[in-house]
Amino acid sequence: MSTQDVIKEASMLKQKEMIANNYDLLTSTRGHGRKVASTFVPGNLNELIMCFDMLNNLPEINAIQNGMKKLSGGYITEAEKGGHSEDVCTYVKADLGMMKRGNLAPNGKPLPDPDLLLLSYTGCFTFMKWFELLRAEYNCPTVMLHVPYQGDGKTTQNMRDYIVKQLKEDVIPTLEKVSGVKFDIDRLRENLRRSAKAEDDLVWVLETAKNKPTPIDAYFGGVYYIGPIFTAFRGTDDAVEYYRLLRAEIEERMRQGLGPLTPEGEMKEQKYRLVVEGPPNWTSFRDFWKMFYDEGAVVVASTYTKVGGMYDLGFRHDPDHPLESLADYCLGCYTNRNLPQRVDLLEKYINEYEADGLLINSIKSCNSFSAGQLLMMREIEKRTGKPGAFIETDLVDPRYFSAANVKNRLESYFQMIDQKRRALASAA
Amino acid sequence: MKCFIGIDLGSTTTKAVVMDETCAVLGRGITNSRSNYDTAAAVSKQEALIDTRFTLFRRGLSDVSGLSGKVDGFLADLERHFRRVQFVEQLNDLEETCVRNTAGPRFHGRETAIHETLAHVFAKLRQESFEIFAPGAKRRSDFFRDIAGSRFMTVATEACKEAGLSFDLVLNVYDKSIIEVENRPPGGAMEAKFLAALDSTLTDGAGVDAEAVRKPVSAALGIPLEETYVVGTGYGRVRLPFPKEHIRSEILCHGLGAHIMYNDTRTVLDIGGQDTKAIQVDPSGIVENFQMNDRCAAGCGRYLGYIADEMNMGLHELGPLAMKSTRSVRINSTCTVFAGAELRDRLALGEKREDILAGLHRAIILRAMSIISRSGGIRDQFTFTGGVAKNEAAVRELKKLIKENYGDVTINIDPDSIYTGALGGAAFAQRAVMN
Repeated sequence: MSTQDVIKEASMLKQKEMIANNYDLLTSTRGHGRKVASTFVPGNLNELIMCFDMLNNLPEINAIQNGMKKLSGGYITEAEKGGHSEDVCTYVKADLGMMKRGNLAPNGKPLPDPDLLLLSYTGCFTFMKWFELLRAEYNCPTVMLHVPYQGDGKTTQNMRDYIVKQLKEDVIPTLEKVSGVKFDIDRLRENLRRSAKAEDDLVWVLETAKNKPTPIDAYFGGVYYIGPIFTAFRGTDDAVEYYRLLRAEIEERMRQGLGPLTPEGEMKEQKYRLVVEGPPNWTSFRDFWKMFYDEGAVVVASTYTKVGGMYDLGFRHDPDHPLESLADYCLGCYTNRNLPQRVDLLEKYINEYEADGLLINSIKSCNSFSAGQLLMMREIEKRTGKPGAFIETDLVDPRYFSAANVKNRLESYFQMIDQKRRALASAA
Repeated sequence: MKCFIGIDLGSTTTKAVVMDETCAVLGRGITNSRSNYDTAAAVSKQEALIDTRFTLFRRGLSDVSGLSGKVDGFLADLERHFRRVQFVEQLNDLEETCVRNTAGPRFHGRETAIHETLAHVFAKLRQESFEIFAPGAKRRSDFFRDIAGSRFMTVATEACKEAGLSFDLVLNVYDKSIIEVENRPPGGAMEAKFLAALDSTLTDGAGVDAEAVRKPVSAALGIPLEETYVVGTGYGRVRLPFPKEHIRSEILCHGLGAHIMYNDTRTVLDIGGQDTKAIQVDPSGIVENFQMNDRCAAGCGRYLGYIADEMNMGLHELGPLAMKSTRSVRINSTCTVFAGAELRDRLALGEKREDILAGLHRAIILRAMSIISRSGGIRDQFTFTGGVAKNEAAVRELKKLIKENYGDVTINIDPDSIYTGALGGAAFAQRAVMN
């Protein structure tokens, strides 16, 4: 199917325009002179970065963009030529390879060197190593916000104070120094107010998947829905507008009783409701998605759409407690939660979204988050009595997507759900 | 009569099972998968239906007085004759195809010489067919391509030498033609072939009363075999010209197939040509969990095929040789190609072939054990299926490792375990109609 055939709604066009504008801004810093911070999605402090008129460049998002545009394979090879092993996180290699090949943004213009590497450390150890590599490359200031891991499954006032202290004493002064702009807490409050508004709408949208049938796919569609809030737009008017449009579209879909929108139009039949753990494969995103909607499988909840913030658990950025809420945000990211918390969350999703089972897409090159996933699946099976399935692909390395194999496993899983359902029905 | 058919399109072989309304297996058929799944499906189905006929013959003959104790021998004779009739028919097809393919500038001026040589070669092969299908004769394979191919090479080399013809030229014609013939399911009316086989069996003197046999055989031939419902499974299943509801995942088929063979099965291990599956089933054969190899097929059947090639041995010779081993050499590699390298290295170091092979079998089973544990481990009873289950050395290693890791577990291995997927498919077909 060509891109022309894909149905675009207003929110999609809005997001496309937002992303294009951001890349245009990033690739024209020589003209406008705004400074650039590179940072990651989980623990992204966009509202704070905006207070310094700085632009936010997210290497993970660049890697995803390059994965979807089929460029990441070449970039990864380039990074491997540079000495990075086959097992290294492919986001990292896609980013390093992109840099080696001119660091071109999707608009074809080179991305600027960052003026600051802002590492908000929220559970992924690789992020730290990644920035070490980038620092060696760019030789620019680096600031690290150390977010304590929720090893015991809870956050404490002490943790919160620790983060706020770092923000005050380290992160904000560095941002001031790099940008030459003085910190204004009221500006941050305004940004956070806009964030909260957009977050309300996002949660509303994600929770519509509790309906049967659901008007959205909370994974394949969900990754688009989280786009603005996870990246360079949280706290902007654009994001507020995007989520307003999105919510209106979903409301309309519900009113008309329509199912989720796929690249091939509306999904008609919903035979299987799934909860998914793990990111999607980006290099074969469309093919991967098709394996689901062709079989009538729809994802009603996913953890990946929570890596940049757990808004559905009630967290909102709070203009009345700006720094504290940034701390809570970072502490609460999915990546910063321990295994039992992740299991609890998945169980909750299976129950609240009345799912047929849990599917784990385990990422070959991600040691941090793949560890323990089989145990998580077993535990969920035990607690919910719903069947689990496990597939393995990769983020942006096209070599690690074996379509026939994945399809085989998915179809087997769907038929297994069918078979169980029939057995239950005949037992009843 | 109603027939429910399951077809399992594997990467190496395609299997079919025919079942009746009561879930009793009537016939099984197998063929090589070729590059053409449609033909493979048609041929395996035809084979299973042929086998079904033999089951019906057996049923028909069982009541005939004066035949007791002779039915098995008679049916074995009948089958040999039938196979020969079928072989000759395909041989004729191959000859005609070869003649047709002797055209073009390459052959200019030499057509007659080639045709004469071909006529000579095929006449010889037809004559040899009696030996090939003689009582007690061992065939390396039951597939036409293998039987005809190996004999063709020998006979044609000689004939070309005598005729002063380039063997390459004839080989070229053969290569082109065998693919065509192989991709055509044997044609012709089955009934006529059975009757021809019956005639020649009786002429040969089968030690049975011709008249007593003719009637029940003809009656069994007269039973129409209705293809009531066909279910396809296996890697090639999407290629089957079936509607979607006639296609099942091989995981489910293997689970159900193993359950039908052994009702108390809770864990199934299937090692096929390119994948290894560990499946957990509930007491009614419903799949609860499964794991498969991904990205890499080292440790599957093809791995053994590769090793056999490296050692210049037949695939079926590996197991028996490995069984002679007294100590197993440790093979570290999880990669097929590297295992080949390691094998040569070990040979160079003076290790015995059987000991290296024992190590290779262990390496395969170790990989399977890892997949099993990821699927939830082994529960009693355990059923081992797939082509590799026929390999006694693999079975020996598996039994050892199961004992070490899981203690005493009942291990089921059916001699027909290669048909597990097709059996499950047939059972799904039966359920689709009867339930």
